[in-house]
Amino acid sequence: MKATGSKDAVTSAGSDQPAFGRRDPDARGYFGAYGGRFVPETLVAPIEELTAGYFAARADKAFRDELDQMLKHYVGRPTPLYEARNLVGGSVVAGPERTRPTPSDVRVFLKREDLTHTGAHKINNALGQALLAKRMGKRRIVAETGAGQHGVATATACALLGLECRVYMGTEDMRRQALNVVRMQLLGATVQAVDAGSRTLKDAINEAMRDWVANVTDTYYLLGSALGPHPYPLMVREFQSVIGREARAQILDQAGRLPDVVVACVGGGSNAIGIFDGFLEDADVRLIGVEAGGEKIAPGCHAARFAGGSTGVLQGTRTFILQDDAGNIELTHSISAGLDYAAVGPEHAWLRDLGRTEYAHISDAEALEGFTALARLEGILPALESSHAIAYTMQLVPTLKPGSIVVVNLSGRGDKDVQTVIDSGGRVLSDPADGR
Amino acid sequence: MSHLRDTFARLREQKTPGLVTYVTAGDPDLDRTAGVLRAIDRAGADVLEVGVPFSDPLADGPVIQRATERALASGTTLSGVLDLVRSIRADIRAPIVIFSYANPILRLGAERFADRAREAGIDGVLILDLPIEEAADVRDMLVARGIDTILLLSPTTTDDRLRRAAALGSGFLYAISRLGVTGAREVLADGAKEMVQRIRRVSDLPVALGFGISKPEHVREVGQWADAAVVGSALVDVIARGGASHDLHTRVEEYVRWLKS
Repeated sequence: MKATGSKDAVTSAGSDQPAFGRRDPDARGYFGAYGGRFVPETLVAPIEELTAGYFAARADKAFRDELDQMLKHYVGRPTPLYEARNLVGGSVVAGPERTRPTPSDVRVFLKREDLTHTGAHKINNALGQALLAKRMGKRRIVAETGAGQHGVATATACALLGLECRVYMGTEDMRRQALNVVRMQLLGATVQAVDAGSRTLKDAINEAMRDWVANVTDTYYLLGSALGPHPYPLMVREFQSVIGREARAQILDQAGRLPDVVVACVGGGSNAIGIFDGFLEDADVRLIGVEAGGEKIAPGCHAARFAGGSTGVLQGTRTFILQDDAGNIELTHSISAGLDYAAVGPEHAWLRDLGRTEYAHISDAEALEGFTALARLEGILPALESSHAIAYTMQLVPTLKPGSIVVVNLSGRGDKDVQTVIDSGGRVLSDPADGR
Repeated sequence: MSHLRDTFARLREQKTPGLVTYVTAGDPDLDRTAGVLRAIDRAGADVLEVGVPFSDPLADGPVIQRATERALASGTTLSGVLDLVRSIRADIRAPIVIFSYANPILRLGAERFADRAREAGIDGVLILDLPIEEAADVRDMLVARGIDTILLLSPTTTDDRLRRAAALGSGFLYAISRLGVTGAREVLADGAKEMVQRIRRVSDLPVALGFGISKPEHVREVGQWADAAVVGSALVDVIARGGASHDLHTRVEEYVRWLKS
């Protein structure tokens, strides 16, 4: 059994060098009708400086090489592509009578971003942008965080590169991701509580942008998802595209062909756009993003922008957002802090218009089932964000033809979510009945 | 003729520093905003900016954020603000400028917004998060209806962009005196005068300077080199303190008279 990715195979496939510059948005930062730069005037010049800095960096082989070396030796890339044989056809009830998959069954592979240093894909982007900030001569970093994974990744990159770091985080998210708050503080970052609006990711972004607008001369805003004004959606996608490049080479190596379906959860959409990017030109590969269905698809109860949203402008970009009739942003809800956001990355909205990507949603309860299943059947605690992708895959697999191959982006690990799972009635204790 | 252009021409003729005021509409509710706007007009403000509350006011400091929350809690929408202005327009002498974030306007639709703004007697529109590059559609709709597009200029705005704003904007140019979000300050920003002078070199449009202005001495100082000073957060704070009181309108009127003193 060849269960994990071979680093040699990835390298020999020639995929370790980014192919920057494919599928750039237009000069104004538009992917079709989506994207752009809807920012206060004070931020226009800093964003133009950032755009110039970014394009110069990505054209510079020395910059790419430095980032590649860090991704390899510090982050631990390439991350494995692991075939989850138990998840398919398995039952959450552990024990001898668990159904085993047959060779003709669907094969599911997990792209193990949870195994990166800091435990989520966020580090790919945080390191890339922190290196860029340093190159641009900025000494102070501000960032927002929802689940805390981007905050931890940014605090880590700042510790490594000697940059001052301030992370804005909603008080609701600080409560449910308390472990990550401490991790950031231990890494030397200041965590600034944001007690406004829904006290989640959107409010943290507002506050981070207010900080940036007041400190543009020495401060770099390290945005964590494929959101915000141009060039962030492009830049974050390109830093995350390493996931898709590796996954494509690995699946060819391990399965001998491309997958039929790629599945990833979508909050802002950075892990999804990162893995999708590797397969966008493979027309036969279905790309499915999974949004947070929350409690139900009704205003304030979910974060499924493509299920309950419409086009609008939020935090610098034109995209699908959850809004009321007056154009105010609706409150969102998801059990996973990282998916609990009212806008989706503009490139997702464009790819959906083109018919290249599809989007589904998974409820809080289903996500918890996905979490439990992966823990019990594969010995992996997934982040609640990634659990949405797992849960969707479990529903999708029975509908696929035997022999189909699915690649799922396991975007982060679930240590941070343990308390949320317990509070939500997740089955964490070994019930004696389970073992029989 | 543009009401804004006439107003600033008169101020220049009289060599009087102008006062532009900002209030968040619907704080504490639209009925009281109607009275507040009448009081400000009586007190002699030269231009009234009427802020549309938005759920995510990322360019605003705490004072206007709280006002926005109160306004949204009272059910204020862009549509309601336009109805309010329409209902009181005949009572108000000064030009009225709608001050909004982009999304409420885009949600209503640029053309429908422009039609309703004209019906309401709106003189100018300023959209905080719609820089020149994104503003073309809305601007065209407004220009076609004789409504001025007020553009913001910041200390970070390059000379090239200043020239483009001068060409595309009308009514007046709104210069932000400092980096950062809205909010009253004790002292004027260093560089505010240079900012205005930089604009003067590329444009004859009137310049109003805002962000951080809260006292008559600020207004007088700004008036020495700009056409007008904008007072926002400090006035919103007066309304916040006076919110439910029976003499709210008197307090607002006295504060604006004091600013003009």
